[in-house]
Order: sequence, then C-alpha cells, then structure tokens
Amino acid sequence: MKAIVTVVGKDQVGIIAGVCITLANYNINVLDISQTILQGYFTMMMVVDLNECETPFDELRQGLKDFGEGRGLSIRIQREDIFDAMHRI
Amino acid sequence: MLSLNNIFETIEMIDKQHLDIRTITMGISLLDCICEDEKRCCDKIYDKITRQAEHLVKTGCDIESEFGIPIVHKRISVTPMALVAGSTDAKSYVPFALAMDKAAKDCGVNFIGGFSALVQKGYTGGDRKLIASIPEALAETEFVCSSVNIGSTKAGINMDAVAQMGRIIKETAHLTASQEGLGCAKLVVFCNAVEDNPFMAGAFHGVGEADTVINVGVSGPGVVYHALQSCKGQPFDVVAETIKKTAFHITRMGQMVASEASHRLNVPFGIVDLSLAPTPAVGDSVARILEEMGLEVCGTHGTTAALALLNDAVKKGGVMASSHVGGLSGAFIPVSEDEGMIAAALDGTLTLEKLEAMTCVCSVGLDMIAVPGTTTAETISAIIADEAAVGMVNSKTTAVRIIPVEGKKVGDMVEMGGLLGSAPVMPVHEKSSADFIARGGRIPAPLQSLKN
Repeated sequence: MKAIVTVVGKDQVGIIAGVCITLANYNINVLDISQTILQGYFTMMMVVDLNECETPFDELRQGLKDFGEGRGLSIRIQREDIFDAMHRI
Repeated sequence: MLSLNNIFETIEMIDKQHLDIRTITMGISLLDCICEDEKRCCDKIYDKITRQAEHLVKTGCDIESEFGIPIVHKRISVTPMALVAGSTDAKSYVPFALAMDKAAKDCGVNFIGGFSALVQKGYTGGDRKLIASIPEALAETEFVCSSVNIGSTKAGINMDAVAQMGRIIKETAHLTASQEGLGCAKLVVFCNAVEDNPFMAGAFHGVGEADTVINVGVSGPGVVYHALQSCKGQPFDVVAETIKKTAFHITRMGQMVASEASHRLNVPFGIVDLSLAPTPAVGDSVARILEEMGLEVCGTHGTTAALALLNDAVKKGGVMASSHVGGLSGAFIPVSEDEGMIAAALDGTLTLEKLEAMTCVCSVGLDMIAVPGTTTAETISAIIADEAAVGMVNSKTTAVRIIPVEGKKVGDMVEMGGLLGSAPVMPVHEKSSADFIARGGRIPAPLQSLKN
C-alpha cells in the first residue's frame, strides 16, 4: 500500500533527515520525495511504501504527528488513493 | 505523477475549506423482521440493525484515519416502520422507535432514520398508528428520525395527511418544549420522497432497495465558495465552469470513500448524493456562495437565479465523478444550519416566501425553520401544502422541517445545538388558512404536459 507523507512548517536544519529516520524506524520505504519552499514555509511530499510496515495505520499517523509537533511541523500521512481519486480521471 | 500542488490543494480543502464526507449511511431493509408479535418484531428489528451495522462506525473511523478525510456522520436508515410494524396489533408504535433508538445507540451512530410512513395517496392502518405515535416517539428517543411522505407527482397531495401533519408537528413541539421543540428538527414532511437519501432527518430505506446498502453524502460549500473567490467579476459561464470542476473533485472523493466503505463492510454500494450541505461553521455556508456571486445579502432579488445556477452546476460536475448518483442531490438551504442563512434571516432579507421560491430550483425545501409558538396547526399545514405543491408540479422532492417554538416570538433566537445550529424565529402570515385545510381529501395529480 502506498501513502503520501506531507510535511509543512518553518524551515530548519534536519527536517528531511528526521522524518526519514522516523519512517525507517517504522520500516517504511521512501519511493519519491518532492520538496520546495512555499511562502517561506518548508513544504515536502513523500511517496512511501507501507508494505513492510507492521504498525497499525492509526498509530503510525499519530507517531508522525507527535514527531512533527515537537518541531513545529505539521506532518500527516494519507493513503495515496484519495489524491488519485481527486486529481486523476 | 501527482504534483506537490495537487497534494496541497487537497489538504487545504480539508484543512481550511471544511471539505468532508458528510455522511456514510447504511440502508437496512427490515422487511424480513415482519412478524405478528410486537415484542418479537422489536427484537428482530434490534437484532438485524445491530448485526448489519456492527462495524459501520469502526469502518468509518478507519477510513477517516487512513485517508485523512473527516467523515462527519455515520448513520443508519431503515424500511419505513409503518410497513414493518403494520403486521402487529400494537396500538402504539413507540416501542418500535425505542428498539430503533437502542440499536442506534449500541451501534454508535448519531441518527437512525425510517420511523416513516408513505401516505401520498392514502393511509393504511399501520400508517395511521405510526403517524399518531410520532410526537411521543420523538420525545422519548434520542437518535430516531421520522418522515412522512404526503404527496407525489404521480399521486397528488393527500390533504388529510397534510392537515394531520400540522397537528403532529405542533404536538411534537409541545412534547419537546423543554428542548425548544427539538423533536421537530427530527421530523420531515415530504413530497416525492426518495428511497435512497443518506441525509437526515429524511432518510429511509425504500422497498425497492437491496437488503443492505451503503449510501454516501458529500459536502463542501466552503470549497465552492473558495473556488469562486478566484473569479470575481467574471461572467456566469466562468462561474458555472468553476463550480462544475470543484464539484467533480469533491464527488470523486465521495465515490472513493463509498467504494472503500462498501468493500470493507462487504455491503453493496448504493449511491453518492451530490449535495452541498452546509454547517453552522463560518466558511461552510451555501448562502455565502450565493453572496459571492454578487448578492449583497442572500434572499435579495437574484437569489433564486444564483441558486439555480449553483444547483445545476454541482450536479453536472458531480454526475461524471460518480458511478451512481441518487438521493436528494442538490444544494441544501437549512436556515439554522447555515451561518450565512442565519445572518440573512436576522437581517430580514431572507423570508419564508423567498425560501419557498428558492426550493423550486434546489433541494430540499423549507428546512430547519423556526416559527413563533403561536403559529396554528392549520397554518403549518398550509405551509406544507404550498411546499408540496411546488414539488408535485415540478417533479422534484420538496420537504418541510419546521419548528414552532413554544414561548418564542419573531426575532428570538432558538438554539438547537451542534450541527442543527441556531435559528431566528421567522414571521408567518397571520391570516387564516383554516377553512382551506379543513376541506381534506386529495389534490389530484398534475398534468405533465402543456407545461407553463
């Protein structure tokens, strides 16, 4: 199952490193990363593969959220299907 | 490949523009619960509902979490209870409402619809008992919603039922007077009721439906409002195109959630209801969309035209996004549940007459309207008759959900709480319609050609 991780917040040293380590700890493989600075905010989208991840989705979502909150980042994970449904015919 | 823009566009719709799935409603047929013994019938009803909907709420919450899209309500609709309870010799149908209420509570849903009767052409014994039981049933239950269909394009209008419903609404308001007539917020009088409506309070599971189905109602007035802000001053062609595109996005999401829920619950997918359903939250209002088109206050001249465009464009955009569209499918204009409508009614610009005109071009009718407690049953019946006539002649669903609030007068505010919102008490005409309502009988079905 593929999911999209999005990260938004004030730019700072080590955001990508921190997020990637957290994902690695959950045994989640990163397939693609796209990142930019939008209106002064660090904005990143990652496509990840959850096939090897054994943590329940809800726990994973909360884990990423908690990691972000300590650093002033809004991190969310959502199944890729919702974006596909909305933006592809 | 999805672009960063696509992803963040979706997230902004959810985060800032109140995009949500308004309801996942499981329709459950209770026809196989019909049995002669009252107690046994109630037990069978409770058992069937709790068996079929056992995982409904959990599945809804799982989808919410995994897809990151709020699903505001998880609900149940059942076969019109008059058809099921009619087999018993029960004198009152309140026990059936209590069985529905208990089942809803144990499943964790926040409403269950279907304490209903279909009397557009005439009454059965079961219909009579059910309608007589409505005030007490709504006063004694927390989650049960009731509806009565009193007219249709094919059958005409049952004016005996119209007269009776005026009295039933008054009695319901009286029995729930301590909660500002809350019972009336759970009671809808329909013309041309649909069998697959997922929205409360008017949802019931029609007899032509499968045993169990999943129907989904999408929403998103805030998203449409936001999209229209980017085309200020542009011609209506641009406005219509923008609404269509937005409705397409919203509905695609609804379709995906419906398919996912149907798959996980192993229940067939019924329909997606393409409606713009407002909430009292700022930024989630249908009235504000109409105002964004250039009206100073919703309800002023031009409102009906603006709403006609909005309603049509939402359907055109949504139809292609879903495999099966049904339910009410149209913009809702419930006064108490829409921040912009409340403001327009307080301002005095939005009146009952204008709302009636607006219902000619959108779903669903005079919805969540508070009127003075002194309003007579006959006047309420006459309001229902007017609204039913609009639906009957135009071959569309119309409805009345009106709350005569005891002890309140024009201009007072009524607090319904939660998503039911708050409404200013609106004026009704003082002149009597009593002799008109006292006639009874049926208004014949209208001609469907020579249309002018």
